[in-house]
Amino acid sequence: MPFGDAHNQVKMKFSSEEEYPDLSKHNNHMSKVLTAALYERLRSKQTPSGFTLDDIIQTGVDNPGHPFIMTVGCVAGDEETYEVFKELLDPVIEDRHGGYKPSDKHKTDLTSSNLKGGDDLDPDYVLSSRVRTGRSVRGFCLPPHCSRGERRAVEKLSIEALASLSGDLNGKYYALKNMTDAEQQQLIDDHFLFDKPVSPLLLSSGMGRDWPDARGIWHNDNKTFLVWVNEEDHLRVISMQKGGNMKEVFNRFCTGLTKIETLFKERNHAFMWNEHLGYVLTCPSNLGTGLRAGVHVKLPNMSKNAKFEEVLKKLRLQKRGTGGVDTAAVGGVFDISNADRLGFSEVELVQMVVDGVKLLVEMEKKLEKGQSIDDIMPAQK
Amino acid sequence: MANSFTRMMSGRHTAVILASIGAGTLASGYLLSDHVVAAAERTKLYPPSADFPDLRKHNNCMAAALTPTIYGHLRDKKTPNDWTLDQCIQTGVDNPGHPFIKTVGMVAGDEESYEVFAELFDPVIKDRHNGYDPRTMKHPTDLDASKITSGMFDERYVLSSRVRTGRSIRGLSLPPACSRSERREVERVAVTALSGLKGDLSGRYYSLGEMSDREQQQLIDDHLLFDKPVSPLLMAAGMARDWPDARGIWHNNEKNFLIWINEEDHTRIISMEKGGNMKKVFERFCRGLKQVEHLIQERGWEFMWNDRLGYVLTCPSNLGTGLRAGVHIRLPILSRDPRFKRILDNLRLQKRGTGGVDTASTGDTVDVSNLDRLGKSEVELVQLVIDGVNYLIECEKRLERGQDIKIPSPILQFRK
Repeated sequence: MPFGDAHNQVKMKFSSEEEYPDLSKHNNHMSKVLTAALYERLRSKQTPSGFTLDDIIQTGVDNPGHPFIMTVGCVAGDEETYEVFKELLDPVIEDRHGGYKPSDKHKTDLTSSNLKGGDDLDPDYVLSSRVRTGRSVRGFCLPPHCSRGERRAVEKLSIEALASLSGDLNGKYYALKNMTDAEQQQLIDDHFLFDKPVSPLLLSSGMGRDWPDARGIWHNDNKTFLVWVNEEDHLRVISMQKGGNMKEVFNRFCTGLTKIETLFKERNHAFMWNEHLGYVLTCPSNLGTGLRAGVHVKLPNMSKNAKFEEVLKKLRLQKRGTGGVDTAAVGGVFDISNADRLGFSEVELVQMVVDGVKLLVEMEKKLEKGQSIDDIMPAQK
Repeated sequence: MANSFTRMMSGRHTAVILASIGAGTLASGYLLSDHVVAAAERTKLYPPSADFPDLRKHNNCMAAALTPTIYGHLRDKKTPNDWTLDQCIQTGVDNPGHPFIKTVGMVAGDEESYEVFAELFDPVIKDRHNGYDPRTMKHPTDLDASKITSGMFDERYVLSSRVRTGRSIRGLSLPPACSRSERREVERVAVTALSGLKGDLSGRYYSLGEMSDREQQQLIDDHLLFDKPVSPLLMAAGMARDWPDARGIWHNNEKNFLIWINEEDHTRIISMEKGGNMKKVFERFCRGLKQVEHLIQERGWEFMWNDRLGYVLTCPSNLGTGLRAGVHIRLPILSRDPRFKRILDNLRLQKRGTGGVDTASTGDTVDVSNLDRLGKSEVELVQLVIDGVNYLIECEKRLERGQDIKIPSPILQFRK
């Protein structure tokens, strides 16, 4: 909730034991880390904008999780959350990001020419390629905590900045609350339109407040570069196209992002970034690069192979259905993307996807011919 | 503007902050914590006009009443529990409403919300409760069931009778705002009191988080179990936080007196039974309520109540009596008559499907209950339902005999 949670001071008159949430049936990163003792140490704190421990963890308290899926269970309300509540968030980050330590440094590399190959993924198998990330605008609270005034200010800045893009990146902004029926239908047909969040994970953290005020979608005329404003993060930036030319997708991604960052800086707003956590986003799972580079790829034989999971794990890749996270694969077509976000640079992650998908397609072709894939099993990356 | 703000956030030099927002009011600046200063600066950067919600597509009582002027007066106020206007109205901002159904669009976080934000609550209450003006009128409370007459319905028509209300425990925040410990305290206070009930009211508590599968199944079979709210109206108001912590159901052994704890209100009290003996249902209702009130008072607690608003509950629509007295009634001919709605309106009655609010009727059975909550006492409202339902049954009988029926004249809304 915006503008200070002095309500927190009122809660201090109750004991810590009385306020400590019942996490006995919970299975998320937050519940594994937040002991009663830690709750007691952190409950009196708040960030300068008034974000508190209870605000951070509400989503994890309300959503115990699934025995098999480990959600994060906490969110940030502003940049300072990660500092003020590091005693909770550092172990959560360490758990979620493969042992990333509080002293580790994160590399940012958006020089797309550093990517080797990636322009030749077999289009008979790789149907589409996509790279997405998020960016937060420094000086504004994040979606769980921002006031309407702040959210509108983020939108206004974004519209100004995006309006300055030109050439291949020339485009248009569609505010969710103002779009015509025709515009809405077109955006749905293009698979661009994002909907009001229905996931209880997001709703519990307050990200759905005031919908659709100050939310919108910008995309270029070619429909290959897309920015979501004020959905789960201040900005989500997406580059995508049909086929397997991930290099082109990544080129456009880096060019576009860099241009946008420059335009924001010209208006005295940097993106939230630091050398430990990289780009700072609402959910700790998206820290670092916030990058998910993925393809939709046909792997019907591979997916039936007993070694599929093992191969993915070794390649540091993750599979999802083509509807995105939590969906099932349809017709042997999978969404394959990088599993990591933090501790690797953007170039490194896209490289893993490019090399990994190349290998998966090779394996698929071998299985089609009835050949074994044992001799091309990868080592653990 | 943005420049100075970012400098402030990253600089954290108290002197700079003091200088830029005026040291006059902050003589002891070095003692102020970061967040108080930041909040003050943010208030300057974002005046109320920057935060005023876009309500152009909205159709609820809050949206009809909230002007930029009122918002400007109230945005920076807080109740003693530090609850704000934005928190009261969030549910109405998030749920624009339906062209035909007018929701309230705001909730209270504590008893004081109705005072601190009276400039908005009062017109909303007036709108919702047919002109009841909290500034000038008094609400009557009357739980003397002996005053009820003709409270036994023809059971060829009335299948079941039910009376419900809510009660809030004074001194503890309401479901949108309460912390976990406050909610647990509500549970403790209520359960302790209920364990003191005797005779036909003696019963048992089932905590939602701890009940066994068998207990859960039994409660479902008895149609007593309430579920985690899914309505976006309730979710947006924060009432589902920490579910199912400190939520539960108490019922007496005969399963005709039931209390819900920490669902939409601190407590919801329900008296019900099959058949048409509304007088008996109301008598048990009043007796149970009085005993519970007495039991909490023994331990130094009391219900939220004042003579302006009656019993104080989370949603303004439930102020006053918070009472809905209703029947499930079969009216196969009348319910299809085009005059049915007008008859109900004039009798100050409302129909719902037998699944409750927002459901459709199944077959010929309708849920009929009082429309009003505030401005008339419990006895008056229950009598009104009894008289009204008896009239509906008369109409049905007349139509069965091929006789004509009359639309009754509208009942006066408030006593003179």
